[in-house]
Amino acid sequence: MRESLLSLCYLAASILFILCLRGLSSPEQGRRGILYGEVGMAIAVVATLLDKNILSYQWIIAGLLLGSTIGVAISLRIPMTKMPERIALSHAFGGLATSLVGISEYYKHFGGLGAAPHEPMHPFTLGALGFEVFLGSLTFTGSLMAFGKLQGLISGAPITFKGQNYVNLSLFAAAGGVLAYKVAFPAENVPLFYVVAGIGFILGVAGVLPIGGADMPVVVSLMNSYAGLAAAATGFALNQPILIISGALDGSSGLLLSLLMSKAMNRSFSNVLFGAFGTDGGAAPTAAGGAARPYNEATVEDAAAVLKASESVIIIPGYGMAVSQAQHAVRDLAAALEKRGTEVRYAIHPVAGRMPGHMNVLLAEANVPYDALFDLDMINDDFSRTDAVLVVGANDVVNPAAKTDKTSPIYGMPVFNVEQSKSVIVLKRSMNTGFSGVDNDLFYEPNTMMVLGDAKKTILSLVSEVKESHGH
Amino acid sequence: MIAQLIFGLYVFSLATFVGYQVISRVPPLLHTPLMSGTNAISGISLVGSLVAAGSDHNQVSTILGFVAVACASLNVVGGFLITDRMLRMFKRGPSGKKTEKTGDGK
Repeated sequence: MRESLLSLCYLAASILFILCLRGLSSPEQGRRGILYGEVGMAIAVVATLLDKNILSYQWIIAGLLLGSTIGVAISLRIPMTKMPERIALSHAFGGLATSLVGISEYYKHFGGLGAAPHEPMHPFTLGALGFEVFLGSLTFTGSLMAFGKLQGLISGAPITFKGQNYVNLSLFAAAGGVLAYKVAFPAENVPLFYVVAGIGFILGVAGVLPIGGADMPVVVSLMNSYAGLAAAATGFALNQPILIISGALDGSSGLLLSLLMSKAMNRSFSNVLFGAFGTDGGAAPTAAGGAARPYNEATVEDAAAVLKASESVIIIPGYGMAVSQAQHAVRDLAAALEKRGTEVRYAIHPVAGRMPGHMNVLLAEANVPYDALFDLDMINDDFSRTDAVLVVGANDVVNPAAKTDKTSPIYGMPVFNVEQSKSVIVLKRSMNTGFSGVDNDLFYEPNTMMVLGDAKKTILSLVSEVKESHGH
Repeated sequence: MIAQLIFGLYVFSLATFVGYQVISRVPPLLHTPLMSGTNAISGISLVGSLVAAGSDHNQVSTILGFVAVACASLNVVGGFLITDRMLRMFKRGPSGKKTEKTGDGK
């Protein structure tokens, strides 16, 4: 009786989780969706606490209190610019949790190093546990590396050595081999199972270090997917359909996002994972002759004059906007222009920022209404009818070489048709290249004005320039 | 045991299919909340951690379970809170009513 009640609670929770994700199909229904998810989670947790296998509660309560306190503290304080870092960290925690549950379950049956087996385990259960522990460990260290790169603790440049991919593939094969052996002979060589966890930890580090900073949106999505698959494997091992369902939802979401991100960069999955693409943002490679190319460096006043003369403006935000925390200033500039009757829209590239949807969240935080935010496909035909484009800290997504230069590393990536508009204003810290290390021809076009300096400061001066003339 | 595996595969395949259908309807506008929301849901591994931490089987399992409970509940509580905080910020503009503007890029 108690068992079936528990199963029914889990069924209700699973349905609520699906409704939660369905709510995310529009901003209006999103919050109600999250409420469904919270209710589902509460049902599942309370039902589990009544499980007959749970005999003591002190460690559970301690863990719940500790985790929830930290969770609340982080969620309420963290600025939106740090969302990619927070997501990476939470994937790390999720991976660690599943990995530890798997290890704990194995230990329960077989004991630790060199101990004699306690209880037998079905080979299939053992296989699922192995997957769980391997994927969980890999997600843990991989996400920590992604966090380090996003936070700037580790260089954003790919860290590589010769034969790296072969070493990683051998490690992967070794983990598979050890697991196959353990499935075939569950009772032999008990400690060997922990080697699978160890290889997972190493592969997480070795797999993410060679991936460049600009590819982090794909890595973060992929880790989302791995965390989901690890949870699903837990479901197989513990025979809990709710874990299989939630894991599958998480896994398919991560996979879908990774595919979208790869497509938005015109790179294959394997190219992102094994390609070691990008730099830490070094000096622009000069032309063959070695001479720096000429560009129009403009003052704030020049840029303000262009904006004031424009009837339609499109703003393209990039990672640089997040770095200089310029989203509120951008909103003020848009408001000042709209007051003059200018139409202002925002063009958001799928890979702008360091995670999927990063720019949308930043602009929403700054009170930009979401109906002014446009995807690549929705706005790309409008540039030819636009008077001025303002590029705030974006680079590769406005690089025309992606369309014209077959030798460019970003060739084929869908980019904004910025050069079709009457004038382009680019706000940039310096003439250095972006994360991909690719120089951008747009900056040297005759109708492009380069305003160098901190984006936020520049925009704030633009705001006062635009406002001032309005008063006359 | 094989029946259990096949049952699990059924559940997994159908859930993946449903997940793919539901998630492909999420507009790029909401991809960050989507990721933090699915992250909160995958904190359901908390269910496994609770049993590990509370079953009093042996000390090692209990301590591993305790750490897992802390990590998973951090994700659950933090994930839902921050997703809600983000969704609260998405507002329609005053001019947004004029046409039935969708944000879903299709």
